[in-house]
Amino acid sequence: MHSRFHTVTLAGLLYGLLSFAAFAQDKTSESKALHARTDAAMCANCHGSEGRAVKDSAVPSIAGLPRDYMVQQMHAFKDGSRPATIMHQITKGLTEAQITSIADYFAALSR
Amino acid sequence: MKRRQLLQAGLAIGGAQALAMQSLWAAAASLPAKTQVIVIGGGYGGATAAKYIRMLSDYKISVLLVEPNNSFISCPMSNLVIGGSKTLADLSTPYDTLMTRHGITLVRDRVIDIDVQKKSLRLLNGPNIGYDKLVVSPGVDMMFDTIEGLREANVEGQILQAWKAGPETLALRKQLEAMPDGGVYALTVPEAPYRCPPGPYERASQVAHYFKQAKPKSKVLILDANPDITSKAGLFKKFWNDNYKGIIEYRPNHKVTSVDTENSSIHFDIQDSVKADVMNVLPAMRAGAIAVQTGLATANNRWCGINYKTFESIAAKDIHILGDAILAAPAMPKSAHMANSHAKVAASAIVAQLSGLNINDTPFLTNTCYSYVNDKLVVHVASVHQYNAEEKTYKTVAGSGGLSSEANSLEATYAWNWAQNIWADSLL
Repeated sequence: MHSRFHTVTLAGLLYGLLSFAAFAQDKTSESKALHARTDAAMCANCHGSEGRAVKDSAVPSIAGLPRDYMVQQMHAFKDGSRPATIMHQITKGLTEAQITSIADYFAALSR
Repeated sequence: MKRRQLLQAGLAIGGAQALAMQSLWAAAASLPAKTQVIVIGGGYGGATAAKYIRMLSDYKISVLLVEPNNSFISCPMSNLVIGGSKTLADLSTPYDTLMTRHGITLVRDRVIDIDVQKKSLRLLNGPNIGYDKLVVSPGVDMMFDTIEGLREANVEGQILQAWKAGPETLALRKQLEAMPDGGVYALTVPEAPYRCPPGPYERASQVAHYFKQAKPKSKVLILDANPDITSKAGLFKKFWNDNYKGIIEYRPNHKVTSVDTENSSIHFDIQDSVKADVMNVLPAMRAGAIAVQTGLATANNRWCGINYKTFESIAAKDIHILGDAILAAPAMPKSAHMANSHAKVAASAIVAQLSGLNINDTPFLTNTCYSYVNDKLVVHVASVHQYNAEEKTYKTVAGSGGLSSEANSLEATYAWNWAQNIWADSLL
């Protein structure tokens, strides 16, 4: 009886700990997703909300572009191999982590 | 048949549309006693914050936006209305999509009082409403009383600022149209910081462009309180020298003390007085009145000090301040693009706080600002501002940002696309 009580209590405690860990992990990944979305939103002023530019915009939509292509293009702007009016100046201000996070975010969206 | 014709006529003049529009604004009686987030001001900062709090919370957090105007009119591009190549309608966007697409409660009113302790605010024509988080994005107020005679002259419509796009923009255009050839247009620039650093020089360019075609004997006189052009100086000077020689004259270190409408003259603290046919006097500016009266303008009673990571006021908990009203971090201009960027970082922090998530420790902001030197050519300045955790401020990244190499037409296409995309990003 006594030991059964302990087993139940321990099981409950373990369950509690595990679900707390899962909860904390959920919160961490949810936080990361929020921050990635906020970083990507810095592109929206010119490229449109969620990377979808208005109709007939010369500034292109970037939603749904391949991830590696976007990383490559941002690097090309940064090192000057792709000429630009503004993007060479913007990409020089971004960290590698921001470049890959932005590319990941827009690649996951539909066009 | 008659009824149908009437209805069609009504539709043609937009009567039905106007009715539909009106109903989008929540009636005072239907307002909630409390909402999770209230946003004051539907400009580039406030509208963007309202929309992104909804988006970033997956539409879980309720947002109410208080804005006195029926539709948004953009300040960027409004110098083109003065130059004659765009209309105010080209720069206007209705607010209704914020409600229909994003579920934001729109209240067409003004906030007259904020109770920081009770976390509640009072509307001019409505009830008190409580909040968990308040976003204050009031833009700037013109400090008319810092220049003798200016308030009266502005009320009478004799001396305009036209720095908030709207009726004064059109009125200034009319004054320029009515001015005889050979007349003088004088534009005074206040000491920095003020809203839109390159704005006065773009305006001078637009007026010169108009004079060159329609009134070639006329002059544009820029009377600047600053020791030099405050933004894109080299680009403006080169273009003026190549295209507006004999039309634009630039005079630095001119601080206005008073205006005299009877003698059509402007007086300065040290320099000689100036006579002009059209006087466009920009006084010093500060954060919008609601921020000042609530005690949020902690810097010199003019600009609002904030925690730059979250845009939360240093004077009041759970109040976040955006846009031109804030005490800017070093090298951060008071621009539309910047306000839109502020709004996203603040929206993210608010969503994190209300949802029990972590706040982003490494936010960054972008800025792009285009100026039209005539109706077809543009120059830009761009910058990136990374949050520095040690110094608790934003810093531009060495080697990043910069200017156009010269005025060019490709960027005129991008400038207009920028406007359309940022209007959509803020309001649609």
